[in-house]
Amino acid sequence: MSDQPLLRAQGVRKSFGSVEVLKGIDLEVRQGQVVSLIGASGSGKTTFLRCVNLLEEHDAGDILLDGEPIGYRVENGRRRRLSETRVSAQRARIGMVFQQFNLFPHLTAEENVMLGLTKVLGKGKAEAREIAGHWLGRVGLEARRAHYPYQLSGGQQQRVAIARAVAMEPRLLLFDEVTSALDPELVAEVLGVMQQLAGSGMTMLVVSHEMLFVRDVSHHVVFMDGGRVAQAGPPAEVFDRPDSDRLRGFLGRFHGMFGGVRH
Amino acid sequence: MIQYYFDWSVITRNAGALGEALLLGLGLALVSLAIGTVIGLAAAYARLSCRPWLSWPVWAYVEFIRCMPLLLLIFFVYFGLPEFNISWFDKTQSFILTLSLYAGAYMSEVFRAGLGSMPKQYVEAAKAIGLRPWQRQRYVVLPVMFRITLPAISNNLISLFKDTSLAAAIAVPELTFVARRINADTFRVMEVWLSVSALYLITAYTIATLLRLVERRYASIR
Repeated sequence: MSDQPLLRAQGVRKSFGSVEVLKGIDLEVRQGQVVSLIGASGSGKTTFLRCVNLLEEHDAGDILLDGEPIGYRVENGRRRRLSETRVSAQRARIGMVFQQFNLFPHLTAEENVMLGLTKVLGKGKAEAREIAGHWLGRVGLEARRAHYPYQLSGGQQQRVAIARAVAMEPRLLLFDEVTSALDPELVAEVLGVMQQLAGSGMTMLVVSHEMLFVRDVSHHVVFMDGGRVAQAGPPAEVFDRPDSDRLRGFLGRFHGMFGGVRH
Repeated sequence: MIQYYFDWSVITRNAGALGEALLLGLGLALVSLAIGTVIGLAAAYARLSCRPWLSWPVWAYVEFIRCMPLLLLIFFVYFGLPEFNISWFDKTQSFILTLSLYAGAYMSEVFRAGLGSMPKQYVEAAKAIGLRPWQRQRYVVLPVMFRITLPAISNNLISLFKDTSLAAAIAVPELTFVARRINADTFRVMEVWLSVSALYLITAYTIATLLRLVERRYASIR
């Protein structure tokens, strides 16, 4: 493993109007790691994730992917926004799975996965179809490849969305509360796929309220509070030795899920 | 009351001419819809642009067309433009030009609403897989928008087909014009206008039904 982290955020700030949502986030994700962001809603987790994929533009600080700044380049010591085409190229190296699945409604499951392969990566139709088939198989939906999103359950749609993101062979995969919009009985199938991906060495940055999953799968857990990183460390440390009342209070809400865990 | 004797032979004798005229009307509507769609799309994007030099002239165009009677627009293009030495067109082309501009204004409003109601999540998903701006429009936004706006597009096509009757005013040989000529030749008022009304009605209804089938095919897919 090289010394350089795959993703490094330094002092990332972001405001919406007069409200500062991110107040200087520092964070590292190393190749092959699963890093989870936890915290109450409004703590800035999702905003940070969206900044990484340039769906939001951060106001200050740096987000470096493989050492390369995301969203701007430095020219004569000054920041210059990248063109949309360059930004698109950066986004193609980062996959994202959304809370609401966001499948393209007019395309079948297979076509959803194929679109980026053919139009962004420039692969031929036949090759793209083969890759799509492979990944739909990996998420257990080989038989649903010709189905449109409206013909699929929420869990199935989310698994297609994961296949669509992974098929692009991204350097990093972002998960934004991907089970929050699912019926409880469908959560497990999506978490199962994510666990499988983590096991295969995919680098993942995950925003989630599924504390059991976060504790079992993450290498590193980041607790965010009020736009700052309040505590970060291995799951055992964060979950078993919370060093603030805020974190104890936050974890207390999930009490009972952890069985023997004491706070 | 004077007894009116129906003589439908006038219709059967002129069936060929009426059929041709009907097809011309359909063709005028379809061509104008096609050109109007292109104009409408460009105008909708221009209206939504944040550059005032682009959005303002388009706003003026749309409002002018929408607030003028179509018949006056037809006269303006056909009789007015040659006064400015613009006279490269015949009467049919002049009518197509007018109806296309007219359709374009209405279509731009349809598309503007369609683009405005586009759920943000589709665009974000398109961004996330790395599609470039024009690719996002081409492969995601436009296909979804056409499905959303299909009912409104159908409506416009039916209106345009009926509006082709106004071409009679500048002697384009579509259905209304041909009917008026047969009427003038034969004085079979009732036969001619009843038949022509039926032709308009049946054709418009057929278009509507066909388009409803298309809509149903796509409704669930959006």
